[in-house]
Amino acid sequence: MLKIEGVTAHYGQLIALDEMSLELGAGQTLAVVGANGAGKSTLLSLISGEKRPTRGRVFFEEQDITNERTSQRVRRGISLVPEGRQLFGSLTVEDNLLTGAAAKRKGEWDLNAVYELFPLIRDKRSRQAESLSGGEQQAVAIGRALMANPSLLLLDEVSLGLAPVIIQDLYVRLHRIAAEGTTLLLVEQNISEAFSLASQIVCLLEGRVILRGAPSDIDMGTLRDAYFGSGYSGSQQKGETK
Amino acid sequence: MIWANAVVQGILLGGLYALFACGLSLMFGVMRIVNLAHGDLGVLAAYFAVVLVNNFGGNPLWSFATVIPVALIFGYFLQRWLLDHTVNSGEFSPILVTFGLSIVIENLLQVRFGANSQYLNLGNFTYASWHINRFVYVGKLSLVIFAVAVVILAGLQLFLARTRQGRLLRATADNPRAAALCGVNAKHTRAVATSIAMATVATGGLFFAMTTSFVPPSGSSYLIFAFESVIIGGLGNLWGTLIGGIVLGVSQGLGNQFNPADGILFGNIVFLMILAFRPQGLLAGAGAPT
Repeated sequence: MLKIEGVTAHYGQLIALDEMSLELGAGQTLAVVGANGAGKSTLLSLISGEKRPTRGRVFFEEQDITNERTSQRVRRGISLVPEGRQLFGSLTVEDNLLTGAAAKRKGEWDLNAVYELFPLIRDKRSRQAESLSGGEQQAVAIGRALMANPSLLLLDEVSLGLAPVIIQDLYVRLHRIAAEGTTLLLVEQNISEAFSLASQIVCLLEGRVILRGAPSDIDMGTLRDAYFGSGYSGSQQKGETK
Repeated sequence: MIWANAVVQGILLGGLYALFACGLSLMFGVMRIVNLAHGDLGVLAAYFAVVLVNNFGGNPLWSFATVIPVALIFGYFLQRWLLDHTVNSGEFSPILVTFGLSIVIENLLQVRFGANSQYLNLGNFTYASWHINRFVYVGKLSLVIFAVAVVILAGLQLFLARTRQGRLLRATADNPRAAALCGVNAKHTRAVATSIAMATVATGGLFFAMTTSFVPPSGSSYLIFAFESVIIGGLGNLWGTLIGGIVLGVSQGLGNQFNPADGILFGNIVFLMILAFRPQGLLAGAGAPT
C-alpha cells in the first residue's frame, strides 16, 4: 500500500532521512521507534506531504505521490494525527470533526461512529476544543483524522504528555481502529504500547532503518542497542521481515 | 437636540464604515493579509459603476447587479493569481504587494478618469429624509445603507457560523497547517475569502459613491476608516466591527457638530484612545471569529 524508495530529506544542511526505504502492506500496523532526531517525524511528514524529499520517491497504492500536496493525499486516503494535536482551538469539538471530513471521502466514519469510539467527547461536542483536557483533545485529533475515512492513518506521538491511564484507554481505541482494517503507521516513544499494537516495528537511527521485525522477534536488549546506536556497525541490521 | 442628530447621523454612517471594513477583517482573519489596497478596490468598484451608468444610463442602483458578481469573480482570481504568491513568503510581502496594487489602481484611475470628482447620482433619493422632529432627521438613503450593512454583516456571520464553507474558512484561519492535514484546499479557501471580501468592499464602495463625491485617491481615507472600525471593535469579530464603525461614525458626527472641520480628527482621537486604553478592541474575543 505504501512504498518509500531511497528517500533522503534535509533540514538545511542537516540530513534527517538518509536513503531510507520502507514498505507497508494494507491492514498492517507499523510502529516507528527511535531516539529524538532519528527522523521519525520527518518520515511522517514525507508521507503526509508536509515535507518533500531531496531524493527518492513515495508511492501510495502504486501511485507516485512524491510531489502531491497534503490535501491531495488526504483525498487519496492518507491522514495524519500530528504531534501536539494541532486542533482548531477556537472551533467547537464538532466543528473540528466536521472539518476533518473536508476531503469528502466515503466510508464508515462519520460523527456518530467517532462519538461511539470516543463517548467522552460526545458530551463536549459544543465546547471549544482548546478548553478540553489533553486526553480529550487527543481523542478529537484522532477523531478528526478518522472523519476523512483514511485507508492509512499516521499517528505522531499520540501518547505524548498524557497520563498512563489515559494512554491505555487511547490504545484500546487504536486497537479497535486497527481491527476495522485501517492501516496504521505510528511514531511512538511508549515502547510497551507500541509493541502491543504493532504487527511490525521499525527502529530508526540517524535517518536510517537500523532494525525491523515483528514485536515478538525483537528483544529489549537488541532494541536498546538499536535505539541508542551502541554496537551500531553502520550496516543495516535486519530482523525478520514479513 | 442638535447633538442627538449628530449621534443619529453617526450611527447611520457607522453601518457603512462597518460594511466597508468587514472584508478587511475577513482577509486578515483568514490569511493574515493586511490589504492596503482595500480602499482603492472600493473606489475601483465605484468607477466601474460610473462607467456603467455613463454608458447604459438608468438608476445607479442597477449597477450593483453587475458590479457585485464581477467583484466576486475578480476577488477569487486576485487571490489565486496575485495575493496567493505572497502567503508563504513572510508577513511583509502581502503588505508590499497590496501597497503596490493600491498605487497602481489609484494611478490608473487618475489616468483614465482624471482628478475631477465623481458621484453616483440617485436624484432626489439622495437627499430625501424623514424628520423625526425639528432637529433630528433620518436620511432615507442613509437608513437603507445602514439596513443593508447590518443584513450583510449578519449574513456573513451566519455564513461563517453555519455553513460548510464558513467552517472551512474559520478552520483555515485558526490553524492553516491542520486545515491542510484535513484535506482543505487552502488555495480555494483563501480565494473564497477574498472573493467575499471584494463583494463587500464593492458594495461599500458603491454606497460611499452614492453618499459623497469621490476622486481616485479617496481610497486612502476609506482604508483608514475601515482600519479604525476593525480595531475599535476588536479584530476578528463582525459585530465588533459594526460597533467599531458606529463608534467611529458617532465620533466623527459629534466632531463635525463641534466644528465642521474637526469630524475626522475626532474620529482619529477616539481611535487612538481605544488603541491606548483597550488595544484589544471593544468586543474582542466574543462571537464567532472571522
